[in-house]
Amino acid sequence: MDPGPLRYRPINLGRWVIWGLTAFLFVVLPLVFEQGFARTLMSQMAIMIVFALSYNMLLGQSGMLSFGHAVYSGLGAYFAIHALNMIARGTLPWPVSLLPLIGGLAGAFFGVIFGYVTTKKAGTPFAMITLGIGEMVFAASLMFPGFFGGEAGINGNRTVGGNFLGIPGLTFGPDLQVYYLIAAWCFACMVAMFALTHTPLGRMANAVRDNPERAEFIGYNTQRVRWFMLILSGFFAGIAGGLSAINFEIVTAENVSAIRSGGVLLAAFIGGVAFFFGPILGAIVFSFFAIALSEYTKAWQLYLGVFFVLIVMYAPGGLSSLILMNLRVMKFRKFKRLLDPYFGVIVAALALAFGVVLMIEMTYHLTLDIALGPVVTIFGFPYDTGRPEAWVFAASVVAGGAIAFEYMRRRFKAEWDQVQIEIEDWIRDNPED
Amino acid sequence: MNFEFALIQLLNGISYGLLLFMLSSGLTLIFSMMGVLNFAHASFYMIGAYLAYQISKWIGYWPALVIAPLAVGLIGALIERWGLRRVHKWGHVPELLFTFGLSYIIVELVQVIWGRAAVPYAVPAALDGPIDWLADLGITFPEYRAFMMLVAVLMLAALYLLLTRTRIGLVIQAALTHPHQVEALGHNVPRVFMLVFGGGCALAGLAGVIGGNAFVTQPAMAAELGAIIFVVIVVGGMGSLAGAFVASLAIGVMQTFAVASDASLSGLAELVGVTVTPQTFGYSVWKLTVAQVAPVLPFLLLVLILIVRPKGLMGTRED
Repeated sequence: MDPGPLRYRPINLGRWVIWGLTAFLFVVLPLVFEQGFARTLMSQMAIMIVFALSYNMLLGQSGMLSFGHAVYSGLGAYFAIHALNMIARGTLPWPVSLLPLIGGLAGAFFGVIFGYVTTKKAGTPFAMITLGIGEMVFAASLMFPGFFGGEAGINGNRTVGGNFLGIPGLTFGPDLQVYYLIAAWCFACMVAMFALTHTPLGRMANAVRDNPERAEFIGYNTQRVRWFMLILSGFFAGIAGGLSAINFEIVTAENVSAIRSGGVLLAAFIGGVAFFFGPILGAIVFSFFAIALSEYTKAWQLYLGVFFVLIVMYAPGGLSSLILMNLRVMKFRKFKRLLDPYFGVIVAALALAFGVVLMIEMTYHLTLDIALGPVVTIFGFPYDTGRPEAWVFAASVVAGGAIAFEYMRRRFKAEWDQVQIEIEDWIRDNPED
Repeated sequence: MNFEFALIQLLNGISYGLLLFMLSSGLTLIFSMMGVLNFAHASFYMIGAYLAYQISKWIGYWPALVIAPLAVGLIGALIERWGLRRVHKWGHVPELLFTFGLSYIIVELVQVIWGRAAVPYAVPAALDGPIDWLADLGITFPEYRAFMMLVAVLMLAALYLLLTRTRIGLVIQAALTHPHQVEALGHNVPRVFMLVFGGGCALAGLAGVIGGNAFVTQPAMAAELGAIIFVVIVVGGMGSLAGAFVASLAIGVMQTFAVASDASLSGLAELVGVTVTPQTFGYSVWKLTVAQVAPVLPFLLLVLILIVRPKGLMGTRED
């Protein structure tokens, strides 16, 4: 099949269905989950989606591993909150609903400046330089308290713009209204970033990622391609920053910190950087860890780190690649054979995870909360950290879980490999069906 | 700034620079051999400090000086064997991300075990206090700082002799540039990798043992130093040990002098007869003292080097 220059392109029905469904979910979800907590969670997920997708423009599409992406979102957030305060003082005639655009422009502006330096390198040196730039901006944030607000940060009030389009009551004060504002921006950014992957620049970024030497050979300046992608990525990151300024009405130095930069890297990679929808998935999972799980345990970052390392070690394509691999098995109607091994491996993994969680929570209780008494409640059951029985129980769950998991893992791997071999054979025997 | 003060600052700067080099030398060796930037390198420094604190609490500082680095090296070798080597087949980015995730886990585990506050890891009593004969000359320089410099220099000499004068050093050097050839000659290159990774981690651990009580042993210590040692190896030139040495000393001395200086741009302006007032444009920049800017200086140096000489001071790699 030769995809010539004049190709018949029917309307891509599947794509319209998926995007329509996404828009539908954005509209309907807050009406299904009405609690305030669920809505804040969804607002933050939407912001994280924009941020993670903008990050993936670098990592997934251009092969640039950045450790300082929070610089663009954080500075965007600062510019947005200062603009918001100028709106409040009446010195800036600008609607609050378009505030993220200011954040985006600020992000792009710093992308122009910092990107010029960072994109001089690719690969590992690029990663280290972005880390350095990130540290520099964070350190600078403590040097200029006038702009960055020092320890306390800068406060704002998102309702100062008055009624949106003159509609009474639509001030973005209530959390449902601000959710819809964020969701609208998120959806628009998702469409824009997806469209970008199909532009010549998006394609060239892929070429520069895969084979920079060859891209240079056919006459492209690889540094400039990386630089343009970084500017655009900074623009969308800045929009995410502007959205978070509206959502939280406060911007602190934490917004430009290495913690934020590391977070978006974890989110994008957990979701998977090879597919456009990967970071969306990753942003949802990450927000769940960062917001929901942190309500229950102080060790959530440890769990997140372990989860991340497991993904790097066993599924470097992230969750999206896991889903697609299983979809392929389903397409070839072999998924039923995997059900039983899957069941075994998941049960064993849960047992092992339960034991590890017990150990970690009990140890954490001993170091941090021992003043509250020796008893810690985990999953609704009390454990007395002062008595050896609890430790013996936890250790035996870990040991038993580990043995069962290793056995189940081998059983699963044998069946999985067999299925993959059969699929590969079938594809080889039936070329170009 | 009088002479004694400048001398003390210089000595402090050199001892800090040597500590930086103990970290960046291991990082550079690992990078040039395996192509892996060990993001968790400063985390091993932190483990070294915490282990030394724990061991010195149990059996004293001097055993800790030996046991803790060995333990850190062992941990590093095990992580290379059971973690990094598995990821190796996916390429360099997953390797880097593996060590990044590792740094995340290590800082959390340290908090699980030792809590979130700083631990009281003290300088041993025998080395507490200033050097007597220097104090007689009017120069107060702590004995422990001198001990740090001694350990660093001894370690570096040992490392140099190991790399250039022993059989294993020759194999390591050969594996740096021609891993396949070395493998064809019958050497177990993956095991050499494991040794180098463990050795680099042990160096970081030793730096932690002697640096942890000179500075503060706390969960944030890895993140603080981590970014600086990356600056060191980029400024020195990726993969160049000599470059890392020069950059470590330069950044160490620069940092130490900067934090003690209260010069500012407005002071400079007054020297040429211009008075800066709060009404002057950009007053917040004019009034900043060098001490306030000190945390940013290494990164400014990084940016400067990248613009002027992208391959670093003594680097050979252009990418």
